[in-house]
Amino acid sequence: MAGPPLLEIEDLRLGYATERGTLWAVDGVNLEVRRNEALTVLGESGCGKSSLARTLLRTLPRNARTPSGQIRLDGREVLGLPEERFRREVRWVRIALVMQAAMNALNPVVRVGEQVAEPLRVHQRMGRREAQRRAAAAFEEVGIATDFLRRYPHELSGGMRQRAVLAMALVTEPDLVILDEPTSALDVLTQASIMNVLKRIKAERGVSFILITHDIATSSELADRVALMYAGQVVETASAEAFFGDPAHPYSRLLMDSVPRLHQEQPPRAIPGRPPSLLEPPTGCRFADRCPKAYERCAEPPPEVAYDTRHRVRCWLHHPGGRR
Amino acid sequence: MSAPAATAASAPGSDSALLEVDGLYTHFELRQWGFLRTGTVRAVDGVSFTLDAGEATAVVGESGCGKSSLARTLLGLHRPTAGSLHFAGSELSSLGRADLKAYRAQVGYVQQDPYGALPPFMEVRRILAEPLIVHGIRRRAERWQRIQAALEEVGLAPATEIAGKFPHQLSGGQQQRVVIARALLLRPAMLIADEPVSMLDASVRVEILNLLHRVQQEHRLALLYITHDLSTVRHYVDRAMVMYGGRVVEQAPVDALLRHPQHPYTEALLSALGDPDAANAGRPRPVPGGEAPSLIHPPSGCRYHPRCPHAMAGRCELEPPPPDFRPRPEHRVACWLRE
Repeated sequence: MAGPPLLEIEDLRLGYATERGTLWAVDGVNLEVRRNEALTVLGESGCGKSSLARTLLRTLPRNARTPSGQIRLDGREVLGLPEERFRREVRWVRIALVMQAAMNALNPVVRVGEQVAEPLRVHQRMGRREAQRRAAAAFEEVGIATDFLRRYPHELSGGMRQRAVLAMALVTEPDLVILDEPTSALDVLTQASIMNVLKRIKAERGVSFILITHDIATSSELADRVALMYAGQVVETASAEAFFGDPAHPYSRLLMDSVPRLHQEQPPRAIPGRPPSLLEPPTGCRFADRCPKAYERCAEPPPEVAYDTRHRVRCWLHHPGGRR
Repeated sequence: MSAPAATAASAPGSDSALLEVDGLYTHFELRQWGFLRTGTVRAVDGVSFTLDAGEATAVVGESGCGKSSLARTLLGLHRPTAGSLHFAGSELSSLGRADLKAYRAQVGYVQQDPYGALPPFMEVRRILAEPLIVHGIRRRAERWQRIQAALEEVGLAPATEIAGKFPHQLSGGQQQRVVIARALLLRPAMLIADEPVSMLDASVRVEILNLLHRVQQEHRLALLYITHDLSTVRHYVDRAMVMYGGRVVEQAPVDALLRHPQHPYTEALLSALGDPDAANAGRPRPVPGGEAPSLIHPPSGCRYHPRCPHAMAGRCELEPPPPDFRPRPEHRVACWLRE
């Protein structure tokens, strides 16, 4: 394929200063997202997936340290970009974010239409009328009647508010939309209809998505590719076919076995144990103490083994000299 | 407006039923300035079912379908507007104070949000002692013995260590285990678990469901498992009932319900969900239009008719379907299509 991928993340590290030392929430993450590709970042709470999203958009809390590594957008380094230029050129212009429970973060005393138009007015200095026109188009795109533009958030149902937030993320026509648990607070049918909207927008608009979720079934509704995180690291990156069909990392396999399924005779199985503390992570493989296949070598930090260019596994078992 | 009388078409009573719910209505009056009636929320609007001793039933529905109000009515936290609730043969509304207290000891409650359910300023030991004190276990040694046994039963060991902790020192899964231990302390005959795993991570979710299932089986408890997530009912319950707009639209043994759903709403719920599969990303899911019905101004006739792809004009919007058509021997369905 010609040209660099839309987004490349290389050896990204992000730490938080805490009373008991630095907590590395993102610890050496490598990822890439191509144009019109949806990458799901999957992981349980505390694995660092939300910190990753917040690092990409620089919406970090105050105790976050300066992240290290590289983030390239169209081949251009943006992690070191001065804040003012990042705000003008990247945030909400190229990359938009839908935060977890964002539907409850709408300003209750401002009409929804104005809030949806706000990114245009702030980031692109667009006039009111033109911004409103674009907001109306975004509303139609996410499936809300345009007369709701003049309503206040409390007059919308939860599902409609979530669509409005999605419209807000799309209104500036970004290349990449990051969705942090976009449907976890919603009901089953609303969830499915929001995922339908995302599928349609991906097909029609050619947008790329990073979908961050703990829900494996939801992740499969949009993903072209999956990155599974554990204790601050990506343990497996694979195509959706490979990941949902035949995952390679022992954690991926156990996680797939823990999913309650509608149509399966076998009951789901829990994964014994707990993730390690990120304040003092093990020096070797972070999953080793829960892993049924761990052996001596796992006391050393495992390398990211590349199966092929787009399937990588952080596990000694898959190392050329490793035990299968 | 008062609630309509219980419908004649109710669950067939059986001798073994531990809980018999017949034509249950729980309505809430909306008031302005404390006295002006401005409307009625028909949270539970004519629900009938039975639950046998040792039987596990799932109550499935989306938010606002009345499933939590049903649970809270069964717990005696809301007074039913109409209908009857029989537990072990006695009618709940006729119970005096002392009997009501005895009833509550018979019913364990597992809440959705474990952190919110545990008082943050109490040690686990104290949290678990409370129900025992309230229910008259005076001797400290006996209380401690029972607390210890309950903690061990839910897999929290060593009990002495856990007992000295405050809720915030425990993980979400451990907190939910404490909540389950508390629900089991008084040796209940029935557990009501209201979305017990919806706040937990995927791998912990399975642990807690397995634990609930194990204690339910070991103590032969009746279990009412309330959830919005149909994918978590299989393997854990015997029967399932689906609620919509304050009413039960379908009930059946869980395998039959998942394999051969008879109500269009159950079908919609099932096709909106899927097991993880790479093919999911390529195809949109069928989702009915519209929003969940208002419980203040519910749709006329069948409450699902405005969203139902099979609604029959002249029928579904006019008459509410009776709750017990039996298109298959094991199903009971409130849908005119199955007449």
